[in-house]
Amino acid sequence: MGERLLMKGNEVIAEAAIRAGCRHYFGYPITPQTEIAHYMAKKMPKVGGVFLQAESEVAAINMVYGAASAGKRVMTSSSSPGISLKQEGISYASGSQLPAVVVNIMRGGPGLGGIQPSQSDYFQATKGGGHGDYHMIVLAPSSVQELYELTVDAFNLADQYRMVAMILGDGVLGQMMEVVNFRDEEPIVETDKSWCACGHGMKREHNTITSIHLDPAVLEQWNINLQNKYKTICEKEQRYEIYKCDDAEIIIVAYGSVARIAKNVVQVAREEGIKVGLLRPITLWPFPVKAFEQVMDRAKAFLTVEMSSGQMLEDVMLAVNGRKPVYFTGRMGGMIPRVDDVMAKIKEIMAG
Amino acid sequence: MAVVFDRPHALVDIPMHYCPGCTHGIAHRLVAEALDELGIEGRTVGISSVGCSYNNYFYFNCDMIQAPHGRAPAVATGVKRSLPDSIVFTYQGDGDLAAIGTAEIVHAAARGENITVIFINNTIYGMTSGQMAPTTLLNQVTTTTPYGRDPKLHGNPIRVCEMLSTLKGPAYIERVSLHDIKHIKKAKEAVRKAFKVQMAGKGFSLVEILSTCPTNWGMNPLEALDRVKNEMIEYYPLGVFAGEDLEV
Repeated sequence: MGERLLMKGNEVIAEAAIRAGCRHYFGYPITPQTEIAHYMAKKMPKVGGVFLQAESEVAAINMVYGAASAGKRVMTSSSSPGISLKQEGISYASGSQLPAVVVNIMRGGPGLGGIQPSQSDYFQATKGGGHGDYHMIVLAPSSVQELYELTVDAFNLADQYRMVAMILGDGVLGQMMEVVNFRDEEPIVETDKSWCACGHGMKREHNTITSIHLDPAVLEQWNINLQNKYKTICEKEQRYEIYKCDDAEIIIVAYGSVARIAKNVVQVAREEGIKVGLLRPITLWPFPVKAFEQVMDRAKAFLTVEMSSGQMLEDVMLAVNGRKPVYFTGRMGGMIPRVDDVMAKIKEIMAG
Repeated sequence: MAVVFDRPHALVDIPMHYCPGCTHGIAHRLVAEALDELGIEGRTVGISSVGCSYNNYFYFNCDMIQAPHGRAPAVATGVKRSLPDSIVFTYQGDGDLAAIGTAEIVHAAARGENITVIFINNTIYGMTSGQMAPTTLLNQVTTTTPYGRDPKLHGNPIRVCEMLSTLKGPAYIERVSLHDIKHIKKAKEAVRKAFKVQMAGKGFSLVEILSTCPTNWGMNPLEALDRVKNEMIEYYPLGVFAGEDLEV
């Protein structure tokens, strides 16, 4: 049995990273994720690792770029406005095929917005927040236990596919405390890093990490290679939870902390005799379209619930593709949908 | 027959893309000679920046990383903190280092990051065709200062060595020039010293190299060298700004 501890979400992300073999963390303070940096500042020196408070989010992601180029497991974390600043570096890392983990504990926007939880960076995370045709693997934990497990997975996936993996959480998950069951040993996937820029020791040709290819034919082929990799990921890495959907007529689609509220809604609705289930995407990119096929026949309608104006809604509509009606309810700006709000929407749908 | 002059091993044997009369080629050679003579090519990681030298990873034989515009010192920091025994250098122009990358260079210097910065100052943006740089001299005509740089409109040129030498982090800062053989020899010594400072773990080192851009200055190569000598050095005096007494 591994350790069983009561911990705060943000601290668990940091602990999980260290357990996953991450020894390099570069960050810049921003609420509501700063506990990650605090934890790293305390722990990294004790495990022979590097914690560095950068002068900006821009610098932090570029330090990540350097450490990833050198072949190290590396992470940065921030919250929405800071993640916007990191987009340049994320695009470069994606173009250069560098593995790295980026954590976004979302807060309300746009602009400086607020510091309360939000899911309004879904488009930015899943559609490529920076320039160019690229994707990140986007993992959406829904509990502190999952923050731990998915952070470890993020490092493995990043290395395996040589790309950026993002943990997309929100202020609720970052700040809440829950019990975490740690494993004795992490399932660390070892990958070939002979491509890295770490000094050739006069034993091989020199390696280059770059995202620039001025010959358009070369750049197109580079892009085709990236897209082929993304296709493989879409086939192999979709993750989701299907909860009480066997007999469900209305299927809520929700991720992260909203999925927890949705589970309460499922309970309350069933007590009232309404058959509601939950489809919870765990990977937001690749979006788990396979899950929809499993529930499509029986479902009468889908209801997407988000802490945004309806961003994942677009992916749900694409997955459903007109076969069933898709509804939406949500709150914005740091307000959290209540069970009553969602129940009211369900009754409205039932009433036709 | 004895070989008296050869290409450094650290410099790849392919044609460079730089314009005739551009001094990038000389600066590259000085870096490569230092890597050879100090025997550090195998543990060196170079950071290319954005500008005319964006693809000097084709020219240097050590491992290379191409960095986003201005971010080379942050990328170098990430590498050096990951591989403390490696030798890490950035190669940056004046737009990259002194405009878009000002925060990164100042903070890498302030931290005393144990890296070497090769800073090419030719008072203009070369790659994007001759716009004003933060180092553009007053009255200098560029494509974005077509009536000359006016301090009231465009501010005054930044002296990077002087600015960074106010910090405690830098171990060694020197400004050199490539306008004649004598000064190229001095530049070579400065580049070597900068790498030796890093090898000794003394901290941040930077060599500013006054360079030419005949194409965007609208001059022939000889006129360009004369401009460095007669106009640039007056505003950008040569010399050691930090670490004069540092023995390595």
